[in-house]
Amino acid sequence: MAEHLSFLTMGLYFGGTLLFLAFLLHRSEVLVKVAVFVAGAGFLAHTAALGMAMVSTGQVPIMTFQDAMSFFSWGLVLVFLVVGLKRGLQVLGAFILPLAFLSLVSATLAPAEAHTIAPVFQTVWVHVTLSILGTIGFAVAFVAGLMYLMQERLLKSKQFNVLNFKLPPLDVLDRLNQRSILFGFPLMTLGILTGAVSAQLTIGSYLSWNPEQVWALITWVFYFVVLMGRVTVGWRAKRAAYLTIVGFAGVILTFVGILMKSPQAITQL
Amino acid sequence: MNIIVLGLNHRTAPVELRELLAIPDSRMGEALARLRAYPGVKEAMFLGTCNRVEVYAVVEKGEWGFRKLEDFLVAIHFSLSSEDLLPHLYRYSDAEAIAHLFRVSASLDSMVVGEPQILGQVKAAYELALTHRSSGVILNKVVKKAISVGKSVRTNTRIGEYAVSVSYAAVELAKKVFSSLKQQVVLLVGAGEMGKLAAQHLVNHGVKEVLLTTRNHHRALTLAERFQGQAVPYEQLRSTLPKADIVICATGAPHFVITKDDIEAAVHQRRNRPIFLIDITVPRNIDPAVKDVDNAFVFDIDDLKAHVWHNQDERLKEAAIAEKLVKEEVGSMVAWVRGLEATPTIMALRKKAEDIKKTELEKTFNRLGELSEKDRGAIEGLASAIVNKLLHGPLVTLKAEAQSQNGFAFIEVARRFFELHERELHAQDIQSQESEVSDEFSEESHSQKDLQ
Repeated sequence: MAEHLSFLTMGLYFGGTLLFLAFLLHRSEVLVKVAVFVAGAGFLAHTAALGMAMVSTGQVPIMTFQDAMSFFSWGLVLVFLVVGLKRGLQVLGAFILPLAFLSLVSATLAPAEAHTIAPVFQTVWVHVTLSILGTIGFAVAFVAGLMYLMQERLLKSKQFNVLNFKLPPLDVLDRLNQRSILFGFPLMTLGILTGAVSAQLTIGSYLSWNPEQVWALITWVFYFVVLMGRVTVGWRAKRAAYLTIVGFAGVILTFVGILMKSPQAITQL
Repeated sequence: MNIIVLGLNHRTAPVELRELLAIPDSRMGEALARLRAYPGVKEAMFLGTCNRVEVYAVVEKGEWGFRKLEDFLVAIHFSLSSEDLLPHLYRYSDAEAIAHLFRVSASLDSMVVGEPQILGQVKAAYELALTHRSSGVILNKVVKKAISVGKSVRTNTRIGEYAVSVSYAAVELAKKVFSSLKQQVVLLVGAGEMGKLAAQHLVNHGVKEVLLTTRNHHRALTLAERFQGQAVPYEQLRSTLPKADIVICATGAPHFVITKDDIEAAVHQRRNRPIFLIDITVPRNIDPAVKDVDNAFVFDIDDLKAHVWHNQDERLKEAAIAEKLVKEEVGSMVAWVRGLEATPTIMALRKKAEDIKKTELEKTFNRLGELSEKDRGAIEGLASAIVNKLLHGPLVTLKAEAQSQNGFAFIEVARRFFELHERELHAQDIQSQESEVSDEFSEESHSQKDLQ
């Protein structure tokens, strides 16, 4: 049953992705309603699957790489449904839904047993949840940055095409970018702190200087600088868009680092 | 009696000269009184906009009237002499004058054909003339008609779309940078017609603040009043730029007013907050290299036109339809005005009485059957006597009053009392008049095409 639900979710996210991309490239406004409906249905199926997993295991299903990716993808779609519908930014779906779909697919592609995080400490799931929520913030900032650069390029080259028409105004995208980082950064900070505390309690040191930890720290410092730059010297608009895209690349590298890690390394965490 | 117009506009006179002839509303009463004080000037209206200065008047004799109006214009500003002014003036009388006013009101004579403000300006000029009692029967009717023609052209053709569409495009583009204009500061540089239109459109969308600057600070102050904004000295343009989110440039200067360096500095000071610039003039006033500055978005008039679908042929076609509408209305207005002269009215009244007498006599004779020559003569005499005695009073009064200040009102009343319709009585005159007018129009529309 749970497996059927995940396939259904994946199918609906894929369908939603196609519908949103079609909406992005056509003048018609009708498609967006169908696309949002399909995405919403996918989200419900996804929520049901997560709920069932939670009931059967008795904990938040994030302790395997697949689960973590699935949770990340679920959170992304939730953010889209909340922000997109509340602010009238349905077009966000054209960028967030593909990302959610790809996360789900990448989760299924990874070998199942290899990346289970050993429940060495009862509260390690707090570290994982917070990190994933922070990542969702950075992912939305990335999407906003991408959309900003696209819209900026279209306006600069004076191409008043359907894409220019469908993409939101620059200031909306810049604000979304800023708020996503403001949302993601504290959560990521707490995620890193809880991770360090867990490490201290389990292996006796806050930091073991393995590559993904280093990457995580570099990424954290990077986002910190991005935030500070905005407040102090006006790193907004185009520069902020570029920086958040670069930052998200760092986040993905950290993920890859975790993916590459052997089960032993995780137990040693 | 003639309706005449003497004036100059954006095609015949430079802005420096047009500015000198501006009369503030507060001094309009005095000016109109001065106009009416010229003997022979029966009615007058002053139409002053930034693109035209025109005096409409009803005078006893056209040629003489033009000279009086010239004197009046020269006297508006102390630094003017008739040598400065005369080469820039155009003169129209009667059918041509009416046609001119109708075209002005329909925005066919505007710098930006189809711009919507001129209609309001004609209305305002008319209201001032009404307030100061300088208009009378003829101007009232002609100007009211001009306003309704202007309205009808706006509603029945798509002539207004071009002017509106460019401003609309400016707003639409601005909204791709700023989701809401409510928080934005608009800076209008220069006083070009298109720039003011775009600014007006933005103001209608509710911007936070409007700043204005023109080389002539006095004009900036006038504009500031209109947009309820703040005039900034032209020398402070550079230091004002960082404050502006939206800059509309329409100066008419033949060189760049805003350079790449200016915008780089402004964006830097704005700490990268985007700045949106519209260059609405040809030649351009904003260095196109500004597009290479990050977070600065500059659009010129061609970009705006490209933004909305816009077809030159379509526009000419709409203008032609509008010209036709105007022409139709001119014909009937000319006929009405002609009817207001004393002689044709008296003749028409006589003819009408004569016609009635004839038909009634014929009816009576038919009913009575055989009558002697003497009886017929007596009956005819009776009828003639009644008609003549009845008409004598009105005709004498009409002749006398026609020369007075309210002459046209008298004639108008008489025409209504006796139901004299100008159309029937002047059919031939009107036809010849209309063909003259239509020649004039085709010439003008040719020259307009050349300009475009």
